[in-house]
Amino acid sequence: MIFLNYFISGISLGSIYAIIALGYTMVYGIAKMLNFAHGDVIMVGGYVCFYAVSRYGLNPFLGVAIAMLVCTLLGIIVERLAYKPLRQAPSLAVLITAIGMSYFLQNTALLLWSSNPKVFPSVIGRGAFKLFDGKLSVSHVTVLTIATCLVIMVILSLFISKTRLGKAMRACSEDKGAAQLMGINVNATISMTFAIGSGLAAIAGALLCSAYPTLMPTTGSLPGIKAFTAAVFGGIGSVPGAFLGGLMLGVIEIFAKAYISSQLSDAVVFAVLIVVLLVKPAGLLGRAIQEKV
Amino acid sequence: MKKILTCAVLILAMSASAFGAAFKLGGTAPLTGGAAIYGMSARNGAQIAVDEINAMGGDIQFELRYEDDTHDAEKAVNAYNALKDWGMQISLSSVTSKPAEATAAENFSDRIFALTPSASSAAVTEGKDNVFQMCFVDPNQGTASAQYIASKGLAKKVAVIWKNDDVYSKGVRDTFVEKAPEVGLEIVSETTFADGNDTDFSVQLTEAKEKGAELVFLPMYYQPASLILAQAQAMGYAPKWFGIDGMDGILTMEGFDKSLAEGVMLLTPFNADAKDEKTAKFVAEYQKRHGEVPNQFAADGYDCVYAFCQALTLAKATPDMDAETLCAKMVEQFTTMTFNGVTGENVKWSANGEVSKDPKGMVIQNGAYVGLD
Repeated sequence: MIFLNYFISGISLGSIYAIIALGYTMVYGIAKMLNFAHGDVIMVGGYVCFYAVSRYGLNPFLGVAIAMLVCTLLGIIVERLAYKPLRQAPSLAVLITAIGMSYFLQNTALLLWSSNPKVFPSVIGRGAFKLFDGKLSVSHVTVLTIATCLVIMVILSLFISKTRLGKAMRACSEDKGAAQLMGINVNATISMTFAIGSGLAAIAGALLCSAYPTLMPTTGSLPGIKAFTAAVFGGIGSVPGAFLGGLMLGVIEIFAKAYISSQLSDAVVFAVLIVVLLVKPAGLLGRAIQEKV
Repeated sequence: MKKILTCAVLILAMSASAFGAAFKLGGTAPLTGGAAIYGMSARNGAQIAVDEINAMGGDIQFELRYEDDTHDAEKAVNAYNALKDWGMQISLSSVTSKPAEATAAENFSDRIFALTPSASSAAVTEGKDNVFQMCFVDPNQGTASAQYIASKGLAKKVAVIWKNDDVYSKGVRDTFVEKAPEVGLEIVSETTFADGNDTDFSVQLTEAKEKGAELVFLPMYYQPASLILAQAQAMGYAPKWFGIDGMDGILTMEGFDKSLAEGVMLLTPFNADAKDEKTAKFVAEYQKRHGEVPNQFAADGYDCVYAFCQALTLAKATPDMDAETLCAKMVEQFTTMTFNGVTGENVKWSANGEVSKDPKGMVIQNGAYVGLD
């Protein structure tokens, strides 16, 4: 029974990683760029939601909607100011810019909202489903997070494979130059990707803070890095891979803590990552793309 | 407010002209970043003390300057050098342990006297005759906690959850674990966490519960502690909780459900609800300026400046003395004098820089700290 308890804890932690990883992987898959500021957009989403719900007493779901709107706008502005001018620059320059943007957002948050941790009001309360006479409990937040992950995954997959804009995104991802020649507005398509990724970040922020309710300017950065690991684990660029990678990372982390050593849990997690990448360099569900010379 | 400020400035100007320049106090603190709450508090507390002392217009006048170290050892040394260039004569060291370990080495080699408000790691003062602490050194907190738990008969079976990448948490845990068997406590579970996996505590709590721990000792800052309390409640685990000075501040977290902290015990040197005149005056002034109840860090900063004032008066020091001369005088005073402040009565320092004062046992009842003794 304890094993199952740990498994459920792993799934709830993993579902949080998964929902953050979805945004990471989508932006990477299309813009071919690691947006290290993603974790910080999540933090902004958390704060917007916090203020909407705690200070202005709005309905939590309305709070999330406002956070999505703000984060989408933020994503567009960040992309416009920091990433767009570097479209032709080497990818390393863009990577460094993203790291810079991450610090910029963190420190702006520090100025605006101070470093005092705030306790986030859960969007759906802190209840739990009890199973087997209360020996097992699955919190509502976990169920909501997994459901949200699945819904987002399905919508994203449909969007990318069925719509015109999704087609344009795939084209940009494969070959920017050729896409441009075919009359696709590459700039606008990539901006759109960021807007969607940032909107997803707001949802992830609200769920992250509902599950683990302290909110600080650094709240997003470490889960962001873990989620990035999860995305690589599952195969970066693959949407189902991010979901799977997130869940697995969470479960491995909890099991390592419980059965090996709480001191070494992160070491175990990353050792597993290294093994997976040695065996399958593209990640669990990633496709190895052959470069044509 | 403006009037008071103008008065203060006038008094400052007058006294400065009458008695020459002021002593230059410098300190580094995390004023931005995740640990900023500690740095801001300590600085605010020290500033209040400086303003009060200057307003009294005595022989001792201070000029205070804080530089930001973002809780980073390398930046702390840069900040320290900036203060040295400014002409710092006496140092408030750093607020947090990691940076303080770095700046204390500089204090030692430059012969600038240092008294840290709150850097509690043993390595800060170790082997340095001119670096002193206003807070308990970590090992003492662990020993004191174990003794307190045993002497009050709070529990026999104890679980410890600590943060293994933090010198503060590790220092307290080490001595607690060492002392526990001596006083008859059985440690049934010991688990850790670190930066990056400090959100989910289900494993640690499940283990403590399965092993039948009656009390969980939490040598950590309050932010992870708040998550532990929330998750324990969600899984229906209700042991006794025992924290250390880092737990101070949990009640002022915005949005925190205070019922979670009901019954949490902690050892701390400072009680903002204490009724003595000194504490009441400090708390009132702090609330007026910053709109919140001062925590222990603010109180430590406040006491540091008053301790300087007392030592300088006793040593008959003047601001024209250089840092090295002052250092020798201060070391002499600090190892002999007794200080009464808001964080303790009859405070004394040993030659290795550690402070001795009585920790106060506190318990959280109805959302407020109440003295245990």
